[in-house]
Amino acid sequence: MSTEVKPQEKERLFSKKNRKLLTDPFNESNPITVQVLGICSALAITVKMKPALVMGLSVIVVTAFSNLITSLIRNYIPNRIRIIVQLVVVAALVIIVDQILKAYVYDVSKQLSVFVGLIITNCIIMGRIEAFSLGNPPWKSFLDGIGNGAGYGAILIVVAFFRELLGSGTLFDVPILEPLGVYELGYKNNGMMLLPPMALIMLALVIWAQRSRTKSLIEKE
Amino acid sequence: MKFVQNLFDATRPAVTTGKLKGLYPLHNALETMFFVPNHNAHSGAHVRDAIDMKRTMVTVIFALVPALIFGLFNAGYQHHLAIGQIESGWANFWTLENAMYGALKVVPMIAVTYIAGLAIEIYFAYRNKHAVNEGFLVSGLLIPLIMPVDIPLWMVAISTAFAVLIGKEVFGGTGMNILNPALTARAFAFFAYPTYMSGDKVWAGLSNVDGVSSATALGQYATTGSTDYSAWDAFLGIIPGSIGETSTVAILIGAVYLISTGVGSWKIMFSAVLGALAMGLVFNGVADLMISPEQQSYLAVPFYYHLVFGGFAFGAVFMATDPVSAAHTERGKWIYGFLVGVFSIMIRVFNPAYPEGVMLAILLMNVMAPLIDHYVVNANIQKRLKRAQTVQA
Repeated sequence: MSTEVKPQEKERLFSKKNRKLLTDPFNESNPITVQVLGICSALAITVKMKPALVMGLSVIVVTAFSNLITSLIRNYIPNRIRIIVQLVVVAALVIIVDQILKAYVYDVSKQLSVFVGLIITNCIIMGRIEAFSLGNPPWKSFLDGIGNGAGYGAILIVVAFFRELLGSGTLFDVPILEPLGVYELGYKNNGMMLLPPMALIMLALVIWAQRSRTKSLIEKE
Repeated sequence: MKFVQNLFDATRPAVTTGKLKGLYPLHNALETMFFVPNHNAHSGAHVRDAIDMKRTMVTVIFALVPALIFGLFNAGYQHHLAIGQIESGWANFWTLENAMYGALKVVPMIAVTYIAGLAIEIYFAYRNKHAVNEGFLVSGLLIPLIMPVDIPLWMVAISTAFAVLIGKEVFGGTGMNILNPALTARAFAFFAYPTYMSGDKVWAGLSNVDGVSSATALGQYATTGSTDYSAWDAFLGIIPGSIGETSTVAILIGAVYLISTGVGSWKIMFSAVLGALAMGLVFNGVADLMISPEQQSYLAVPFYYHLVFGGFAFGAVFMATDPVSAAHTERGKWIYGFLVGVFSIMIRVFNPAYPEGVMLAILLMNVMAPLIDHYVVNANIQKRLKRAQTVQA
């Protein structure tokens, strides 16, 4: 009689389930447009593409690694002080990101100003740690972090694209509308695009477009 | 007219049952524009009244006609005056030349507004399968009247599209909007293209004449603290300003018509004037306490000036009384109107970046109107409850 334990089938690195962790945040569980998290920074730094991109990347790094680290130590964190532990992890990562930005892209870092530091208060990060990485293995948590960070960044990029193009006529500070000659036709940059309310309206339009495409998001009355 | 009737009758089968079913809202809208609809009530008892939404809207349009006609003449007058072709004075005001120039500027604006706005309205009617609402008839005429003459047509089109889409359709169309669509259009143009709208140099149909422009009265006040225009001129309206806003007399004619037909709320208009007068008087009273001379001079503007300069009269009569976005309760209308007046003058005087405060004041109060109604209704409930309790006890 053999007591041989049947080896558990190892899940592939990018199984269908894991891929879903990456792709879901782009649509059905997007942190900004569906869960409505992280709105404040989305309003503040989407005037131009460059800060939006850098912010998106920073958030990807922070969510991915904070998810990974908390998931690794999840079985050793006493439940009562878990928030403090999470904060320590996130704060350390944010400081690292902040220092790297200051070292390599100082001008963007200045534009982002407090918002890099405020990544720590970004609800997406604490939300993912609480909701996902405390109950899931490291690799999955890591993918989930990347997915959510990227879902956040994608919306920032979309909003920033329209705001910079229509508000300043540039993309990544490269003039786009001027070579096309639209200014000679009498076109003027839309100053309202540079004001924070327009980010809110652009965000609303993105949500509108997304809901028209993905009917499952519409609440039943 | 028989020919038009026949045309509608002939095309009706195609849009009700035939291939072009989607175009029914458009057909219906055009038909009811020409003829009284022959819809019948199918069940229950109905009180029929000739005042349906279309008649209400047409009444407002009639009320706007004096301001519009005056605006046409004034547009031409200010233009010819600025390029030095004519002397100032009434003798040169009511001329065909002025009217022609004004019409050339204003009629395309009206056309662009209606095309841009109605295109979106009809699309949404088609998409949501309801008839095209009449609400835009008025907005489409109000928008050109509160724009400076000089504004490029595409800006008018974009502002209109924004107002109809974001200000109205996303909330569910006519009757559901929180903000007045015409003012939303102006606010969009104001913040998006401030150089065209900022109030000090908004006038005067001069794009073909470089370097000549006349400042509006409010613009002069905001920069220098005094103005060249007398209150009497402003009352009659031969001053630079947006197309429909300059002549207080023409607006008053419209106001009388609106009030006598019961379409516009006299409570809102009256309390807005009260609010503006009260705030003007308060500012006059405290003017001497101010330290900096600029602030002092603007505060010391005689209180009645505020009523005739800028868009106050137009806003109070045609914008604040919008039945959808204003307060609905009768007591709420007093509060709403009064605060419109107060905030208009406050923004004018205190914020040098916004020489005209009426637009922002009305939009702010539009947002507050449901809150006012809520408290008025609640207060009434409390009062009656108390009465019932004392009767019982």
